[in-house]
Order: sequence, then C-alpha cells, then structure tokens
Amino acid sequence: MAALSEEQTLLKEQAKAWARDEAPVAKFREMRDSGNERGFDKGTWAAIGEMGWAGIVIPEAYGGVDLGFLTMGVVLEELGRQLTASPLLASGLVGASALVLGGDEAQKQAWLPRIAEGSAVVTLAVDEGPRHAPLRTGLAAEKTAGGFRLRGRKGHVLEGVAADAFVVAARTGGAPGDASGISLFLVEGDARGLGRQRLATADSRGYANLRFEGVELPRAALLGVEDEGGRLLDAILDRGRAGLGAEMLGVAAQSFDMTLDYLKNRVQFGSVIGGFQALGHRAAGLFTEMEMARSCVEAALQALDAGSEDAAPLCSLSKAKAGDFLHHMSNELIQMHGGIGMTDEFDAGLYLKRARALEATFGNQAFHRDRYATLLGI
Amino acid sequence: MAETDPALEAFRAEARAWLEESFPPSLAGRAAALMGGESIAAAETDAIEWARRLGARGWGTPTWPAEYGGGGLSQLAAQVLNQELDRIGAFNPLIRTTGMGITMVGPTLLEYGSEEQKQRHIPKICRGEVFWALGYSEPNAGSDLASLQTRAEDRGDHWVVNGQKTWTSGADIADWCGVLVRTDPDAPKRDGISFLMIDMHQPGIETRPIRLIGGASPFCETFFNDARTPKDELLGPLNGGWTVGKRLLQHERQSQTGATSGMGGGRRRSIRDVAKEYVGVDAEGRLADADLRARLTDHLMSARAHALTIARVTAEARGNHQVGAAASILKNAASTVAQQRAELLIELLGHQGLGWDGEGYADHELEAVRGWLTGKAMSIYGGSFEIQNNIIAKNILGLPETTQRG
Repeated sequence: MAALSEEQTLLKEQAKAWARDEAPVAKFREMRDSGNERGFDKGTWAAIGEMGWAGIVIPEAYGGVDLGFLTMGVVLEELGRQLTASPLLASGLVGASALVLGGDEAQKQAWLPRIAEGSAVVTLAVDEGPRHAPLRTGLAAEKTAGGFRLRGRKGHVLEGVAADAFVVAARTGGAPGDASGISLFLVEGDARGLGRQRLATADSRGYANLRFEGVELPRAALLGVEDEGGRLLDAILDRGRAGLGAEMLGVAAQSFDMTLDYLKNRVQFGSVIGGFQALGHRAAGLFTEMEMARSCVEAALQALDAGSEDAAPLCSLSKAKAGDFLHHMSNELIQMHGGIGMTDEFDAGLYLKRARALEATFGNQAFHRDRYATLLGI
Repeated sequence: MAETDPALEAFRAEARAWLEESFPPSLAGRAAALMGGESIAAAETDAIEWARRLGARGWGTPTWPAEYGGGGLSQLAAQVLNQELDRIGAFNPLIRTTGMGITMVGPTLLEYGSEEQKQRHIPKICRGEVFWALGYSEPNAGSDLASLQTRAEDRGDHWVVNGQKTWTSGADIADWCGVLVRTDPDAPKRDGISFLMIDMHQPGIETRPIRLIGGASPFCETFFNDARTPKDELLGPLNGGWTVGKRLLQHERQSQTGATSGMGGGRRRSIRDVAKEYVGVDAEGRLADADLRARLTDHLMSARAHALTIARVTAEARGNHQVGAAASILKNAASTVAQQRAELLIELLGHQGLGWDGEGYADHELEAVRGWLTGKAMSIYGGSFEIQNNIIAKNILGLPETTQRG
C-alpha cells in the first residue's frame, strides 16, 4: 500500500478542478434534459481525449500514456464526484484492457491508438439476462468457412449507443454456465446483422441492447484464444470492476460532502441539525465506512498495477465495499436532506440513480460477495 | 512494499540472528496460552527468561529512546522486528506484563514527563519490571469522564488522595497507577483535573476484582483512603490533567485499532476452517449453509477492509507513527469486526458454542465462548463506540460539540 505519488496527486487535483469547472453535475443534467441519445456530451469526451486520460492504461507504443490503474482510478473517482458522463470507463479502461490483454498485434494497432485519443469507443458486451452472469454467456458463435457467425442478444451494454466496436462474449463450446467454451470477438458497430436499441435508463447514460442476427465475422475478429476466453473475460471485467469501485467511491464521497455541508448549515429547532447526535453519529458511521471502502478501492487498483495474484479477490472486495457504502450513502443523502432531497431540481436524485446503475454494472454486491467466497474457497 | 531498503534488510538479519539465539523455541506460537492472564505463569521459566532478555535488549519497547532503555528503532525497523517475531511464532510479553505501561503510560510519560520522571519510570517499563494500572473511570464518571470526583489535596511535599475508581485493569497486581484526580473542585469540570502517578503498594489503597459476564476479568474497583504520593509524581501541569489524560486515551485507542502486532495473533485457528469443520460443505466445496456463508463472507470482507485501512493509514503517515483522529475510526471498525467474528464463531460452533467449562467441550470451543462474552467490552472501554462517534463527528467532520454542557 502506498499513498498517492506526486504525479497522481497532481492529476487528482487537475481532474477535480476540470470536472468541477468543465463537466459538473449541471452539465450532466443539461445533457439529460436535452434529449441527447448518446448518453454523454461530445465536447466533454473530446476534452478527456485531449487530456490523454483515455490512454492512461494503454502502453505508449499504442498511443497511450501507460500510467496504470491507480492513476485511472484517481481520475474516475474525481469524475464520479460530478457524475461526469463519458465513455472513459467503458472504453478507456474496459475496452482498452480487452485489447491490451487479449488483442493480437493487428487488433492493437487498429484500435488502441484510437481509443487513447478518444476517437473510437470500444465497449464490452457481456450480459444477456437481467443480472450480471458472465458464465451464463449463451450468444452463439457458430464456425463458418471463413470465421464465425454470431446469433443472440446482449443487454444493457455500457455506452452501447455510441460504441464503434464491441468486445462480445460468445459461446463457441459448452453450455451456458460452463467456464470453458467462451470466446471473445471484436465486432464493429456497423457490422451487418447487428442491431442496437437505445435504452432510456433512470441514469440517462448511453445503454443499449444488441441483437446479433447472423453477424458474419472473419477469423481475425477472435480476441484471444478460442474456447478459453473465460479467464480473459474475467481479467477484463476485474479491471472494469476496480475502475467502477473508484467511480462509485467518487459518487459516494461527493454525496457525503453534500450531506455534511447540509448538516452544518440547515437550522431547525434553533440550531444546525449536525449538532443532533442522531445525525452526527450517522455521519460518523458513514465516514468510517467511506475510509474502509477507500482502502479496498486503492488496494484493488494497486494489485492490478503490481500484477498481484491477489487482484481478483481484491477487485471483488472493492466492488462490494464501495457498492455497499454507495448504496447506504445515496439513501442517506436523500433522507438527511429531507424534502429538498426529493426534488428533481436538487442533485440528490441524480446521485441516487447513478449509484444503482454503477452497483449493478459488472456484478452487484451480492455477486461479489459470492465470488469473494468462492475465490477464498468457502 | 515495492522497494527494499538495504539498511532495513541489514536490521532484519540482525533481528533474526538475535531472535535465533534468544527466543526459546518451546514458546513458539504459545502467546495466547501464556499471556491469557495478566502475568506469565510462574512455572514457565522459559517465558520469564524470554521476557527478561527482550527487556534487556530494549526491544519490548522498540521505538522508545535508547537513553531510557528503549530500542531506539525507527517505526519501519520496529515493523521489521514485529514481522520477525511473527515469523517464528515469537511475541512480546512485556506488552502484557507491564500492564498499561507500554501501550499508554510510557508514551504519555515520554511526552509530558520531566527528565527526572522519565529517568525514574521509563527504564523499569522497558525492562518489564513494573506493572502499571490506570485509574480513570469512576462509578459516576464513565463516558462523561470529566465529571470525576476522586480528589487530591496538596499537603506540602505530597498529595493525599481519596475516592473510588472502577474498571481499573490489573489494579490488584499493579505496582503503580496513573490516576486522574480533581485538584481544583471550583474550576469548570475539565479544568480542575490533574494526572498523578501513585505507588500501589501502600495501606491507603484497596482493590476488589470485578467478575464479568465472561467469568474472571482483569478489572477491579480501587479505593483510595488517604493514599499518598510525592509531589513530583504529578505528570504534566497542575490542573492540566484533562489534556494529559486525553492524550493517554489517544494512545489507548491506538492500541485498540487492531494495528498492534508482535502478539502472535496471526496463529489462531482460522474461522474459515472452523466453518468448514462444523457446518460442512456441499458437493462444490461451498459452505453448506448459504445464509451463514454469505454472512461469514461479509465478515471476512470487513476484516480485510479494516486490515487494508490500517495499512493505508500507516503508509499515508509515511512510517511516521502518530496518534491521529484515524484511531477513532479504526477502533470502531476493530471492535465491530471482532464482535462480528466472535458472534459468528459461536454460531458456527452450534451447541458446542454454548459451553462454559468442563467435559464435552474442546479448549478452543470454550475459548470462543469466553472470548465472545469478554469481547463485548471492546465497544465500551477506551471510550465507547458512541464516544468515538462523538470524536469523529466533532474532530474530523467539524460538526458542533454535543457533549460539552456542564
């Protein structure tokens, strides 16, 4: 464990200031109200690309800056504070990790530089049912003379509206539930037979359902090893989960700050309500939870940077602990603000909606408790 | 953890070599058995000899200044020493055999004591020759400690102390006691308190052990009837005892954060193994009771989060060991996690988790029951869970004070 490096501290300050000034919650609200179907503001994403953040986990040889996962986490946390909507996590972290970990030279050359500069959005299409269940992958990849043919569906794909390409988990063998027989494919967004349906979610970001109706792929579209994509998928997901831990921590930390501020300013019964022990103790409890969650989030990101064998359980720990804290915090955000917290005009509702969306992404707390137990052998 | 420091590695080799020749192998892994009570079992000559050697080397108090008999080690070197102790199942008995001497009194004395006081008291703690108790709580001054009534009168060259203390850990076997007394009854309650050090071996002091729900306990009631102590046993300024006493409590919290090692704590039976043995597993190796499995997992995750937080706080302090506000957070997390574990443990044991003593129960089953009961005190002593929340709310979050009235 280490405290942040000087470089990371500087970047944290930079990201905090940028998100506050250039991509604050008000901008997200504006995007929501404008009926933007993409789910993020183009200018915001372009600025993120220019600052190099989309290339944080991409090697320099492919146009990235290669600063590692803890650094990415630092940025995601700060953007999470302002609910900044962008494909940074879906593409800059998850899509990029898929290619870095599983891509061959040609695939890396083709996509990583574009992901790094933000000119292409590559996202992971994994879940098919209502709950996160990578092993339940059932989308069929049938062998053809020249490659594969994909049939099936994917649901709630992150940044699925804007994506230029999808990393698709499909079944080349076995049955849903089997660990083997999963393969990953890189599918371009304009592939024939691929349909996408934008979803209007409570959180207003760009989710889509995908239909694969006999999408023909060349053999070169395979990412990693045929039938053995399960482990690769898990590794990609873990990078996403660690990033989500950081983003969730940011959303929750901001919710905490807003609540604490309200406790110090709202006057009832002749005094600020933060002086009431019933509220002060809840704030103290939330702060304690936040500190524990932060330790888990940082440990997971550092374990990924170090290539530690402990990374998988730590990523589940991070997702579960940050998720538990965010869940609790987002409810307390509303409750402690009282009536004002219920109004759409106030931001609390936006934080609550983002909270549940992030909790459900790549496994909620229950999923990760179960996974942690399995990894520990109990 | 990335880079290794050559000086530290050299120290590791030195510590390892010294432990090799000084630590009796017969004691390895037996910290819990040997240190369950307040003093090492008299029959254990090896243990007594080990305590003597560790004390003579100053490594029972590794970071204290060498001039007073401490080890003079840096915080990082002390961590290395603890790792080396843990590695061979060794432990630091002086943490127990000096009572509150190492964890609380010593650090406070080093900060507030006069040169004479340090010379008089610190070396004896380092060598493990003196057992310290603390007289803080009173029957009517628990969480509201500042309302304490035990008083000390100035009689020229000495103080005369009258009153009653309670929850005085180890008072019945203590050599010395640090006592918070009222020296100015007319001042506002926090401003009339002083910290006195009192020799327990005198007729004016009587102790009565308190039996707790877990059976025996180290706690006593302590009665002061015209007890005496010399004038120069006042620690810190006259009527400045609240500050000194609070500082000492910060050290107490620090010792209750779960961060203290070198206690051989890593060798206890894992709760995972207990779960598998008593609950059984299904065909896929999962704990047979799904509800228990989920709750056990939740506990293990909280325990890991707590351990990671200790590591993070230590790293962020850059090895600079300091008593901070973080101690309140860590203490509450530590007591929550420990109590959660104890409850789970007896639940896992089923009927075997109901024993009190005698036939039909294994030693570890009985220990689980006693530990479960005794552990309820963790969220009460050293400033209760609620008092810690007051401290967090006020000192860290900057919320208004709620307990200053009166």
